[in-house]
Amino acid sequence: MSTVTPDAPAVATTPKATQTWWRGVVRTLTTNPSTLPTLASLVIFVGMLIYGELAYGKILQYSTISNLFINNAHIIIIAAGMTMVIVTGGIDLSVGAIVALSSVAGVMLANAGLNPWLAVGVMVLIGSVFGLFSGVLIQYFNVQPFIATLSAMFLARGLAAILSTDAEKLDKDSPIRLLGAKIKLIDGPKVNDLEITAGVILAFLVIVLAFYLMHRTRTGRTAYAIGGSEPSAILMGLPVHRTKLWLYVISGTLAGMAAVVYTARIGVGQNITGDGWEMQAIAATVIGGTLLTGGAGYVLGSVVGSLVLGLMIVLITRDGTVPPEWTTIITGGILLAFVLLQRAVTAARRN
Amino acid sequence: MIEDANGPVVEMRGISISFPGVKALDNVDFRLLPGEVHTLMGENGAGKSTLIKALTGVYRIDSGTIVVNGAEVQFHGTADAQRAGISTVYQEVNLCTNLSIGENVMLGHEVRGALGVNWKATHAAAAEVLAGMGLGDLDTRKPLSTLSIAMQQLVALSRAMVIDSTVLILDEPTSSLDAHEVEALFGVIRRLRDSGVAILFVSHFLDQVYAISDRLTVLRNGQYIGEYPTAELPRNELISLMIGKDLEALAELGSNRRSARRSEDAVPLLSARGIGKRGSVRPTDLDIHAGEILGFAGLLGSGRTELARLLYGADKADSGTIEIKGKPVSLHSPISGLTTGIAYSTENRRDEGIVGDLSVQENLILAVQAERGWLRPLPSRQAGEIVGKYVAELNVRPPDPDRLVKNLSGGNQQKVLLGRWLATHPELLILDEPTRGIDVGAKAEIQESVAQLAEAGTAVIFISSELEEVVRMCDRIIVMKDREKIAEFDAGPEVTVELIVDTIASHQAGDPAQPSEEGGAVA
Repeated sequence: MSTVTPDAPAVATTPKATQTWWRGVVRTLTTNPSTLPTLASLVIFVGMLIYGELAYGKILQYSTISNLFINNAHIIIIAAGMTMVIVTGGIDLSVGAIVALSSVAGVMLANAGLNPWLAVGVMVLIGSVFGLFSGVLIQYFNVQPFIATLSAMFLARGLAAILSTDAEKLDKDSPIRLLGAKIKLIDGPKVNDLEITAGVILAFLVIVLAFYLMHRTRTGRTAYAIGGSEPSAILMGLPVHRTKLWLYVISGTLAGMAAVVYTARIGVGQNITGDGWEMQAIAATVIGGTLLTGGAGYVLGSVVGSLVLGLMIVLITRDGTVPPEWTTIITGGILLAFVLLQRAVTAARRN
Repeated sequence: MIEDANGPVVEMRGISISFPGVKALDNVDFRLLPGEVHTLMGENGAGKSTLIKALTGVYRIDSGTIVVNGAEVQFHGTADAQRAGISTVYQEVNLCTNLSIGENVMLGHEVRGALGVNWKATHAAAAEVLAGMGLGDLDTRKPLSTLSIAMQQLVALSRAMVIDSTVLILDEPTSSLDAHEVEALFGVIRRLRDSGVAILFVSHFLDQVYAISDRLTVLRNGQYIGEYPTAELPRNELISLMIGKDLEALAELGSNRRSARRSEDAVPLLSARGIGKRGSVRPTDLDIHAGEILGFAGLLGSGRTELARLLYGADKADSGTIEIKGKPVSLHSPISGLTTGIAYSTENRRDEGIVGDLSVQENLILAVQAERGWLRPLPSRQAGEIVGKYVAELNVRPPDPDRLVKNLSGGNQQKVLLGRWLATHPELLILDEPTRGIDVGAKAEIQESVAQLAEAGTAVIFISSELEEVVRMCDRIIVMKDREKIAEFDAGPEVTVELIVDTIASHQAGDPAQPSEEGGAVA
């Protein structure tokens, strides 16, 4: 359709470069079904920050933002693993229960005198083992991911209860608590400090590595291919089995890490810890734009999703007039709105 | 290449594979030379797919040897076969529509640098491969879903080039392509052949087989019949080799259907006025009378299927009215179509048609049961009658009502699907591509069943990409292009495939803003 003008080549260089760059952005926006919902959740997150600042104040300040990350680091870590699994079209229901088992076992081991860092290693390893368990069930025994991870969930939760049904307190001087200790980065006025914990640093590392894995490695691309069409991925000769197995191991391992981060901060391990966290992680993933049917989604989106949920609780607390029971209802409402948005985007693309 | 230039790239000797109750392959030999296009011929169920799956590592062989590039091999999966230089393009496009074109070409072979996958280099490599196939103007960063099925098929083919295959298997790659697209595909195939790739081709279209292949191997009932140079085997001889008898079934079925059988004054069985759906079909008028076969002719994407779905109620029309025997009806869901006496057999047999994990019997009674409603289960005696009747009438092979449908060949699956709708005794039966991808024998049987149905007073809408079939079968033909009806012909000696092709080619859409054709890139 374009008509070539004689002077076109001379002036084409700069505008063309920006044009292609811009076209790339537009293309990603319009073609990837999870980009728009991801952006939408980012917009909503920013909107919530601004609304909170205007309505209640003291939201856009160091301490609030620091606490938002510190209090949600464990969910961010779990959601990263959940995203990878959901991208393949699977699900991991066992993560919350893994956190329970891992934290109870970790605290008891550390209190019993085991080298605390060894105890931390065991906590992470418990997650890996349960991830492997689910992965093997799914891959080699052809069990639905839902059922396989559900059985892992009951198993882990049950084992945690066998270990102890009391709140196991981590010794006051246990070095594990250092992982949850706040490190001051910027000393603001009064208590308004920019703080960070080892858990937050770990969460950042996990996000970066997950992003790398999903977008820069063949394993990650295979995950997206599996989510797009598993039979096709198999026929294309991609290592489907190995990849799926690995992603469940990673998800379990990340749940183990989340247990370390959470236990270090709270200082207590209990068999009811992590109750419903798998659902929170799934909600965060969906709010972040990942399609539950697989094939599309971003780890970074899930991070935003986790923060949206975390910020919502902050805002409700600040408001003070919303009864706490409403938290879950509002979470559900937000989730529903995002799922409907996804449906609308996919439907619009189809026409 | 170390191997002897004259020696076969693939040599399969004495291959046998059994499935529970069936000997799918019985002592079959097959060899493939470098730089040839070799067609595997046979009816559905002859063992073509099984042989291919043995070669690509999907099935384990019970006995026999497979030698590839001079070395005996044992594959445990498609990945093994790919490593040995064998790649496959299947009938159904096996790519991931959620990923970009370039990524689909390169999946598993992405260019990697210090920071993992180097996307720029990967897309450049994909573009180079595509350019080598004459698809240089594709934007590799666009999602695959923006391409037509035909272009996706070519992209699937280009994957084979990425891994430098010495053997390329094409399992009915043309069944959903139109003539232009087939020509583009053949251009690519010839180019590959001339560069020394050995190509194994499977197709049900005899014209295509004769146009492209150098040699043929014929299979029948899992047995090796022979290997022939294509040029020395006349078509009728090939067909009788495939079905094992002289082919009466291919006799001109349509010749006696030329006489238009509708009486002009009678009320049409179904009469649609201005029926359409935004973005899918422009408002269309049509009438169909009892006992008439009405054909929808048009290329893929011309709106044939979309129109049929509106008439059945599978999609809800947003304009127009439909009258059945003069009475207005509202068709808003498949069940509303079903209860008004309309049945629709989908073109998408695998996903929307058969239920692979159910038995032949369960598949056959599905629609009857749906019509009764789930609270009134079909008495087993009645179910048995239905199943016995249609298995026999449609000649479903093997005639075992308890066999899972997914274990039947494509042609027999199609018969089961047809039987399912016949069991509801529809007044109007819509058949969307009932003969696509099935062999000549089963095709003739299905065509015959359709002719008999119309004879018995059922109205039939017959949709097929094969214009020749539409012309031969139908009493009246509606020609569609770009989502609208552009012409209507009463069948007669002057209505030919050429006439329809010319009608489609010469018709100019009134809307200048129509989307450009994807196929333009290869033409």
